[in-house]
Amino acid sequence: MDLSAINPILLIAALMSAATPILLAATGELVVERAGVLNLGVEGMMIVGAICGFAIAVETNSPLAGFVAAAAGGAALSLLFALLTQVALANQVASGLALTLFGLGLSALLGQGYVGVKPPRMGDVNLGPLAEIPVLGPIIFSHDPILYIGILFVAGVWATLKFTRVGLVLRAVGENHDAAHALGYKVVRIRTLAIMFGGALAGMGGAYISLIRVPQWTEGMTAGVGWIALALVVFASWKPWRVLLGAYLFGGIAQLQLNLQGAGVAIPVEYLAMSPYIITIIVLVILSADKSAAPGSLGRTFHASS
Amino acid sequence: MIRLEKRPQSSRAFAYLTPLFAVLATFFFGGLLFAALGKDPIQSILTIFWEPLFGEFAFFYRPQLLIKGAPLVLIAIGLSLGFKAGIWNIGAEGQYIMGAFFGAGLGLAFYPAESRLIFPGMVLAGALGGWIWAMIPAVLKVRFGTNEILVSLMLVYVAEQFLASMSLGLLKNPEGFGFPGSRNLQQYDSAHNAELITGTGMHWGVVAAFIAVIFAYVLLSRHRLGFAVRVTGEAPRAARFAGVNPSRLVLFCLGTSGVLAGLAGLFEVSGPAGQVSIDFNVGYGFTAIIVAFLGRLHPIGIVMAGLLMALTYIGGDIAQSQLGLPAAAIQVFQGMLLFFLLALDLFTNYRLRIGRAETA
Repeated sequence: MDLSAINPILLIAALMSAATPILLAATGELVVERAGVLNLGVEGMMIVGAICGFAIAVETNSPLAGFVAAAAGGAALSLLFALLTQVALANQVASGLALTLFGLGLSALLGQGYVGVKPPRMGDVNLGPLAEIPVLGPIIFSHDPILYIGILFVAGVWATLKFTRVGLVLRAVGENHDAAHALGYKVVRIRTLAIMFGGALAGMGGAYISLIRVPQWTEGMTAGVGWIALALVVFASWKPWRVLLGAYLFGGIAQLQLNLQGAGVAIPVEYLAMSPYIITIIVLVILSADKSAAPGSLGRTFHASS
Repeated sequence: MIRLEKRPQSSRAFAYLTPLFAVLATFFFGGLLFAALGKDPIQSILTIFWEPLFGEFAFFYRPQLLIKGAPLVLIAIGLSLGFKAGIWNIGAEGQYIMGAFFGAGLGLAFYPAESRLIFPGMVLAGALGGWIWAMIPAVLKVRFGTNEILVSLMLVYVAEQFLASMSLGLLKNPEGFGFPGSRNLQQYDSAHNAELITGTGMHWGVVAAFIAVIFAYVLLSRHRLGFAVRVTGEAPRAARFAGVNPSRLVLFCLGTSGVLAGLAGLFEVSGPAGQVSIDFNVGYGFTAIIVAFLGRLHPIGIVMAGLLMALTYIGGDIAQSQLGLPAAAIQVFQGMLLFFLLALDLFTNYRLRIGRAETA
């Protein structure tokens, strides 16, 4: 065992990268849930985004095009969920599970020709002298652009929900869809857009795993990150900045256990690999006492009777 | 103008017809999918659904129907109780793994002793393993109000890692030349879940599935507990007034589904699979979710849905070897089925009205 092999600066830098997939997916799901919809299909949308992004990035040799495709793929899949829950008024829990099962199959089908292929690498943003600063440079200023975009999304969602009319309407729909409907807001349309936003971000989160974190395509490679993102939204009490905090916490655990595996700690690899899931459960237990922050109409089906 | 009108009472006719329509729609869109993959759609569908039942080698495939159907039905019966009451156990895959681990572990501990008591002991241990794993989300939900969906699912990943560790460590076959995986229980008579009637595929897991179906049917239609399950799902507030204790119901529903999933795992590992290995589980725990919904959460429906789903597994294997249809295509096909079912279910509870609304 050699713990000195773990460099704290590189660990923190890697933590931010490890957190980004969860951060993107959870920010998207936060918006969906604030609109009153519980989409349990995050895992499915992420894995479809992972393969869409991977395939397009390989074909066009442009990682950025890959991320755009991943967002489109995730949004397209989420549209199926919107169709089921908003038009066909199906149960949201069952529809979300269906989306995940379907997405896992679809991604495996799409990804057949891409096993073992190396994707083009996305370069780091060139921040010039900032990256040269000791300690802070490698931690904050030398990452890929998507990581920064993820943080911008958190800030954007926070500002939109808090300060804009769009955010107010979205929250109204989520808190009480009947009242929002009576005020003349198009509940189904607003929710469909929110669901597609969530799908796009989940897709980008998936592509971050397949294009930057790993970078490779393997079946089922998201390995529960989508579910952790769902837990994170509860953890964050539906607040954007807490999502960021939570994502770094989970990213830190995921990264630390990888580094410990690398350092050859006496704990078997399998038990280290379990730790993010067990910690998710523990965090859920600690935080589930307070449910007051949950949007009032979360998970309920809306049908305009008049 | 087309609009939806809520039916005063959900349509019984549509409740029965929806699964049928969903299957037909899946045939159609599945066919399109197969065509898009460059396979003849009619031939693909026939290979999947006709070949195993009536084809040239049907005598070989028909027993497989029971072997693959039994775990699906066993797990889905347990899940359906919870789903009916709005208690979502989606971690059956983990409970299945733990049942297999506990049961096989007990059997392997006695190796090479021969006794008639070993197999029944393994069955009990398997049920216990599944129960313990399901009790974690149940107790956390009752005690702390933790979401059982997320906890039960997280435990699937924990169980998978645990399985990997065990099949490389504690349960590894000492005479296995270093290969991962336990001793093969098929070669250990006292622990082997053998075919009861040769050539039929009938093993103890199939018997257990039948017992579970009958048990669930009687419970739901005749027993007070079944009433509690149904009323909680349909009208939670009314359930309170009827004196249903929600905590006990959570413990009962999750516990039962855990026991059944654990049993399914034990029967699989001691019979068709034979050994505990890193990937002996093939996702029955997740497919069973589709089975439960497709069977309308009704015991008899689940039997039919389980057999249909078993057919897609067997036919999918044939289509894979004969037509080169990728295994993932079958997974997509199964997912589609659930989609269409959920979408078409709209007509069970709503009526489509064309024309303008009448004003009173």
